[in-house]
Amino acid sequence: MTALNKTPLYDFHISQQAKMVPFAGYDMPVQYPLGVMKEHLHTRAAAGLFDVSHMGQVMLTSDQGLEALCLALEALVPVSITGIAAGRQRYGVFTNEAGGILDDLMIANTGDALFLVVNAACKSEDIAHLKANLPAHVTVSEITDRALLALQGPSAETALSRLVPSVTEMRFMDSHRIDVDGTEWWISRSGYTGEDGFEISLPADAAEAFAQTICDMDEVAPIGLGARDSLRLEAGLCLYGHDIDTTTSPAEGNIAWAIQKVRRTDGARAGGFAGEARILAELDGAPTRLRVGLLPQGRAPMREGTPLFASQDSADQIGVITSGGFAPSLEHPIAMGYLPIELSASGTEVFAELRGKRLPVHVTDMPFRPSTYKR
Amino acid sequence: MKFTEEHEWLRVEDDLVVVGITEHAATALGDVVFIELPDEGTTVSKDDEVVVIESVKAASDILAPLDGEIVEVNGPLAEDPGKVNEDPLGDAWFFKMKVDDMSALDDLMTEAEYKAHIG
Repeated sequence: MTALNKTPLYDFHISQQAKMVPFAGYDMPVQYPLGVMKEHLHTRAAAGLFDVSHMGQVMLTSDQGLEALCLALEALVPVSITGIAAGRQRYGVFTNEAGGILDDLMIANTGDALFLVVNAACKSEDIAHLKANLPAHVTVSEITDRALLALQGPSAETALSRLVPSVTEMRFMDSHRIDVDGTEWWISRSGYTGEDGFEISLPADAAEAFAQTICDMDEVAPIGLGARDSLRLEAGLCLYGHDIDTTTSPAEGNIAWAIQKVRRTDGARAGGFAGEARILAELDGAPTRLRVGLLPQGRAPMREGTPLFASQDSADQIGVITSGGFAPSLEHPIAMGYLPIELSASGTEVFAELRGKRLPVHVTDMPFRPSTYKR
Repeated sequence: MKFTEEHEWLRVEDDLVVVGITEHAATALGDVVFIELPDEGTTVSKDDEVVVIESVKAASDILAPLDGEIVEVNGPLAEDPGKVNEDPLGDAWFFKMKVDDMSALDDLMTEAEYKAHIG
């Protein structure tokens, strides 16, 4: 067994009495003494600090300039990269030739480069994929000397602006390089909880002092992976490897909104990305299955892998839950899963098989809890 | 009180055995959000899965500690699963059972033995 990697905040987590677990090759905090439920509610009520340093930070540059770089990346990501203004970022996916999703990622235009944040479990494959498929004029650099922290919740701006005043000027999906005490921090107004908040890439050696300072503020508590998962589930956001994977297309994954008109059929830069035949056909028509929000009608949480059926006694499984659990903000179980498109309308009743019993589940709109982004 | 390796406690009340989980188990489970209790009158064998308990993190099974019959379940607990975290040794008992052979209790751990078991 290979040793687990540690993030620059490892000692901080230990000092905060975190319960550490292996996650994507890293020794990560799953919860702190507060516990998952209170950490979740604290993030919704005030602010939570998450260590996401295990995720991949990748810088793309080109000696042919930013326009050429953006066009090159558009071969791997079916969103408009040239349409990302300087100082802005956008959600995207890497696709494969079959139209499936290799990973989901954030793409920021720094003004002269593209800064990507990719999932921890996929980062080595993503970097290999970028190096193998981008033209020779593009340089792919993994950033390994920076920590990545997310500060999320309604008090995130108040807390962070005490240290970095200019964040008050940022709006949702802005991504700025900001000088902090002579070092450059890359701050975006984004996150993965449905809350207003920030993701902060900062020099690794500055991370612990920052984490300590911000967690010393009344509004902020450190939050582990457990609550990160329940928060993103309430926000209706996909978890790669669970809700989307190499077999699911963007339309099936219900993230067609991420593909701008310019890359779709009849758009100015239509297609030209991996898997375009399937992806464009499904965007023009409809996929056969769709990721939907699900509301179990009882109190029993329904978790990943729970099979779905059309009725109490039908023999054939029609779908599966891909993420599910208890939603602390709603005090009710929630789930996401795949259903045939004809059963995907909000309000449709299907049945989940739980411990040998078929229990009713209703298709519902997402997010389960409205997001509070500062647009 | 007696204890099992599965972190259950057993308390004899009159001729019945009351079963719950220990504080150690409740802490390890985290915030409990759902409990599925057995039907009263169910006959169980030792190690049958009789209670499903779910925390925000995961689902776990509680096993029958001995052979016998479930004669009463703690209905209000299913309505207020968080009680397991607040009062695991008191209000948050799961069920009362009529045990086939009360002498089987002697084979279970004492409190001191359980404390040594969990370290």
